[in-house]
Formats: sequence, structure tokens, C-alpha cells
Amino acid sequence: MALNIVLAILVTSLATYISRFLGVITSKKIKETSKIFRWFNCLAYSTLSALLARIIIFPAGALAEVDYFIRFIVVIICLIVFLIGKKNFVYPTVLSALLLAFLNSSF
Amino acid sequence: MINTKYFLKGFISIKGTDSPAIALAASFIAIGALFKTIGLNIQESIFSTFLTYALPGSLIMAESLIVGASLLNIFLAVWLVNARLYPMTVSLFPLLTHKSQPKLKYYLACHFIAVSAWLIMKENYKAVERKYRLDFWIGVGAANLSVAVSATAFGFFIADYLNKDMMIGLAIVNPVYFTCVMVGAMKTIQMNLAVILGSLLGITFYFVSPEWCILLGGFTAGTFAFFIGESNGT
Repeated sequence: MALNIVLAILVTSLATYISRFLGVITSKKIKETSKIFRWFNCLAYSTLSALLARIIIFPAGALAEVDYFIRFIVVIICLIVFLIGKKNFVYPTVLSALLLAFLNSSF
Repeated sequence: MINTKYFLKGFISIKGTDSPAIALAASFIAIGALFKTIGLNIQESIFSTFLTYALPGSLIMAESLIVGASLLNIFLAVWLVNARLYPMTVSLFPLLTHKSQPKLKYYLACHFIAVSAWLIMKENYKAVERKYRLDFWIGVGAANLSVAVSATAFGFFIADYLNKDMMIGLAIVNPVYFTCVMVGAMKTIQMNLAVILGSLLGITFYFVSPEWCILLGGFTAGTFAFFIGESNGT
């Protein structure tokens, strides 16, 4: 079992590092003023949004046990707090944990 | 080697009000607790966060260990979910290059690419002299990785005291933080479209393939955003 865990950790790190490594190789040929750089910038933000949407709508692990409506409400409320709170990141993040724990235990 | 002054400047940027430290700590505390629950020891838990340092990949590894998936399956699943690091690297490293920096340093510094450090750097790179941007980046990355590793260890030790509601509370912090950051980054037509279309298409493609939805959705959305933005100025 222990060997399996160490191997799994190594395989996970390798699978993760490959994308970073290939990114550095590609970066060498790309100028920050080029169109292709702007395209990659769009790709970076859109894949991050896709990942986030997946985590919120189709979560794995602990979040999957929360009703999808509650998750949605918490994200929307925290986003509103972020927008009216002069874009301070501390309030919405702390609020999110408390709000979710509260709503989940009440309903 | 590394310019200490810029390294430290980068390192202390973790203290800012836009810092990902809270979100990062919350999610890695949860990961540390999860690692303990599925039977990793403290060394393996720390080793895992230190070497992988990308949350969705670690989650997949944990789930795969529970169901006993093969190493090949783990490799493919992790690669798919973490492939987003490729466009993230390509959209950051051209901003950090300088001829005075040794090439090997870029290959070591890219290990710090993860959403949290990447977002700090994207917001702050203009304020740093080009020659020292890589040193500043290594500082930012080292600070974030330190938070992640410490939080993993902390989560491991307090695992027995965390109940289900607390684990759920910890799990929502990271997605909420990054949703706020994404909305904060929506400053141009391209960024608006990339973020909105990315989330919509990411969900749409989930019904086609849960494994590929992030890459397919992200790629389609990003490409649309780029072309629409280019034809409208930015």
C-alpha cells in the first residue's frame, strides 16, 4: 500500500508538471505583444472558468453532499458581497464557509 | 542566482488584501484532512502537496486511491484536469523572460504555476522591473507553496476534529475566492467573454464528457472570446 501511495504521488506530480514544462517550451517562441499571446490569455481564463463552473455545479468530494441550490445561492451572495465590498476578497471568502455550513445544517 | 530583494518582495505579496492565502489554506487544510482519512501518513501528505501543488490533481489522486484506480488511469485523469496549467504558463512566462536569467531557472520556476500565484503575478507584473520579474515570481510562488504545505500538515493533524459541516465549509472557500477573482478580471471584451463563455461551455461539455469538459469547454470558449474580442478592438 505504501509503495502504491508513493507511486501515485509521483505519477500525479509528473502528470501535473508536464503541462507546466511544455508551457515553458512554448513560451520561448511567443512575444507578449503577439496575437497568439492574447489567444493563450483567453484560453487560460476560459479553462479556469470552465474548471470553476464544474467544481460549483458538478463537485466531487465534500461539496457533492450539499444541495445544488444551496451551493448556487452561496456563490451568488458572496459574489454580491464582493462587488459591493469594493472588491475585497476577505469578506466573501470567510462568509462563504460560514454561510454554507449554516444553510447546509438548517435545510 | 536569485535576487533576494525581489524574491522577498514577491514573497510578502501574499499579505495583500487580494491575497489567495485564506482560500489556499482552507482548501489545503481540507486536502490534508482527506489524505489522513484515506490512509496517507504525514510525510506522504506533505510530499504530495510539495510535488504536485495543484489542487484538482491532488483531489483526483485521493479519489483514485480510494477506488483503487491504476497508475495509468491516475496519470491520464490528472493530466486532463491539470492541462489548464499549459495555457496558464504560456500566458505568463513570456512576461517574465529576460536574457540575463539562466534557462534552467525557468524550468524550476514553472513548478509554482497554480491559479493562486498566477493570478497575483498577472495583476502585479507591470510594477516589477523586467530583469527581476522571474525572481519576484519565484518569491510569490515560494510563499504560496509554503502556505499550501503548512496547511496540508495542519489539516492532517486536525483531521479528527473536523466534522462534515466544517469540511463542506472549507471546500466552498476556494471556488468562491476564484469566482470573485475571475469577475474582478473581467475588464475587456475578451476577458468578459472568456470568463462567461468558459463557465457556460464547461458545463455544456460536461454532458458530452465529464473528463474532457474543462479542456473542450475552455478551448472553445477561449477561441470564441479571442476572435470576437479581436474584431471589436480588444
